[in-house]
Amino acid sequence: SAAQLPEACPETLRKEMEDKVTNPEKAEEAKLKARYPHLGQKPGGSDFLRKRLQKGQKYFDSGDYNMAKAKMKNKQLPTAAPDKTEVTGDHIPTPQDLPQRKPSLVASKLAG
Amino acid sequence: PQPLPNRCHPPPSSLSTPLSPGERGEFRKQRPRGTQQAHHLQRNMAGAGGGNDIQWCFSQVKGAVDDDVAEADIISTVEFNHSGELLATGDKGGRVVIFQQEQENKIQSHSRGEYNVYSTFQSHEPEFDYLKSLEIEEKINKIRWLPQKNAAQFLLSTNDKTIKLWKISERDKRPEGYNLKEEDGRYRDPTTVTTLRVPVFRPMDLMVEASPRRIFANAHTYHINSISINSDYETYLSADDLRINLWHLEITDRSFNIVDIKPANMEELTEVITAAEFHPNSCNTFVYSSSKGTIRLCDMRASALCDRHSKLFEEPEDPSNRSFFSEIISSISDVKFSHSGRYMMTRDYLSVKIWDLNMENRPVETYQVHEYLRSKLCSLYENDCIFDKFECCWNGSDSVVMTGSYNNFFRMFDRNTKRDITLEASRENNKPRTILKPRKVCASGKRKKDEISVDSLDFNKKILHTAWHPKENIIAVATTNNLYIFQDKVN
Repeated sequence: SAAQLPEACPETLRKEMEDKVTNPEKAEEAKLKARYPHLGQKPGGSDFLRKRLQKGQKYFDSGDYNMAKAKMKNKQLPTAAPDKTEVTGDHIPTPQDLPQRKPSLVASKLAG
Repeated sequence: PQPLPNRCHPPPSSLSTPLSPGERGEFRKQRPRGTQQAHHLQRNMAGAGGGNDIQWCFSQVKGAVDDDVAEADIISTVEFNHSGELLATGDKGGRVVIFQQEQENKIQSHSRGEYNVYSTFQSHEPEFDYLKSLEIEEKINKIRWLPQKNAAQFLLSTNDKTIKLWKISERDKRPEGYNLKEEDGRYRDPTTVTTLRVPVFRPMDLMVEASPRRIFANAHTYHINSISINSDYETYLSADDLRINLWHLEITDRSFNIVDIKPANMEELTEVITAAEFHPNSCNTFVYSSSKGTIRLCDMRASALCDRHSKLFEEPEDPSNRSFFSEIISSISDVKFSHSGRYMMTRDYLSVKIWDLNMENRPVETYQVHEYLRSKLCSLYENDCIFDKFECCWNGSDSVVMTGSYNNFFRMFDRNTKRDITLEASRENNKPRTILKPRKVCASGKRKKDEISVDSLDFNKKILHTAWHPKENIIAVATTNNLYIFQDKVN
């Protein structure tokens, strides 16, 4: 979802048009900053790299899960609504909530 | 529209000396077409005429026709073996498919052997690390073949965390005539045996079996992006975002860490390792590339931990040209040594660069893959395409390099003639021996007939993986879920 475009003052517009001719990359940067004014100060810096290193993180904490189970004794744990695929917020994830990753039982179509 | 200029630097004058100031002056000029190198034997690429030019023809396409692509079918790696007889693919579903080239049909001399399925197996399976709450994808990131030492073939395949050595062997005989077993395997009652015979081997239908011989696990905290077999054929390296490990092919319970760029404080993290490769001839030398566009060459003889590089390859950048995108598009997605070992090629988002190992301060050749995307970086950042990791490859004689682009286009650059060509992997041209028509993208202004405007490009159709047969002009090009094989026109 794109942010609201702020009013561009004439000076910025003129510089932008100049930049577009001499440096298309700078023009694209101006466009991006206009859409996302709070974009990180460090271009392509640590935040982006750290997010890359965290790929694959799913939110299942076996400790939380077991504590919650103990507390609730025999009652059912609140589970996520069936349409939710992401596990967030107050509800304690269960192993069943995690998207089931099974190996492909079907042969590759390249071998077909 | 102007033809896209190639920033080509003249090649070095000798094997060991860097460019003289006079040669370095030839910065942005096109190289005059008359000056071919004397030792150039490979035929030139198709371009503006010339009797020696290669014409690429469709040969085969593998995979499903339908547009609805299952995620598991997304091809994630393509690799020819050392002889070119075998072609392996890996996919997001953790499966490996190996194709074998048919023996050349001497009668039908107008085409080389076709590639048909030889073996397929499930290499990796999805895992969940409950301790770290980490999902481990089964996607095959890389396949590397070992050179053939005996009747069996061996390859290394890796996902984000685990490398496996697979043995692919043929069985075309089976023993028959056991005394104590029936042919179907049931045991006979020994008291019914009255005579003895010697079991013999009889031919059977060829069966190709794949079995995992070694599993190299638990050595990578971060995601493995590269594996590379050493020229000693005994060791190999595996690289993740922050570390590189050295393994012995026979030993799975330990590996040596040879590069570690993890900062003591992760807040200080500024760059990650994006690719790594061993030198093809020097068993002590390897390179690794970074997300900041640098390549480091390391010599394992210098020290056990190669954190200090022997050479640092980096092209100086004009600071006034720097933008938010500069670092992202300079990130190197692939690095490949030439077969000769003299050069290495790097792929960043918009270009392919050839480096002379003797010159660290800038590449000797730069080829623009899709410069017209520079004015679309904002959108490409928003749809994440700017993070796409394209690979690149050399032809057998190191005279032509190839890489993929969007809209199922792929590009080839002839280093000698300085000509380039854009071709498309599409089922529209799928009659065998149909010559591929060159494509052209119109960057701006009036679009000529048969040209495609930048805004019409399909950014979901990316060619990230390509491979070139080590000896012949046969190429394998992977679209999202299809594998295309093209050959040069024979006769």
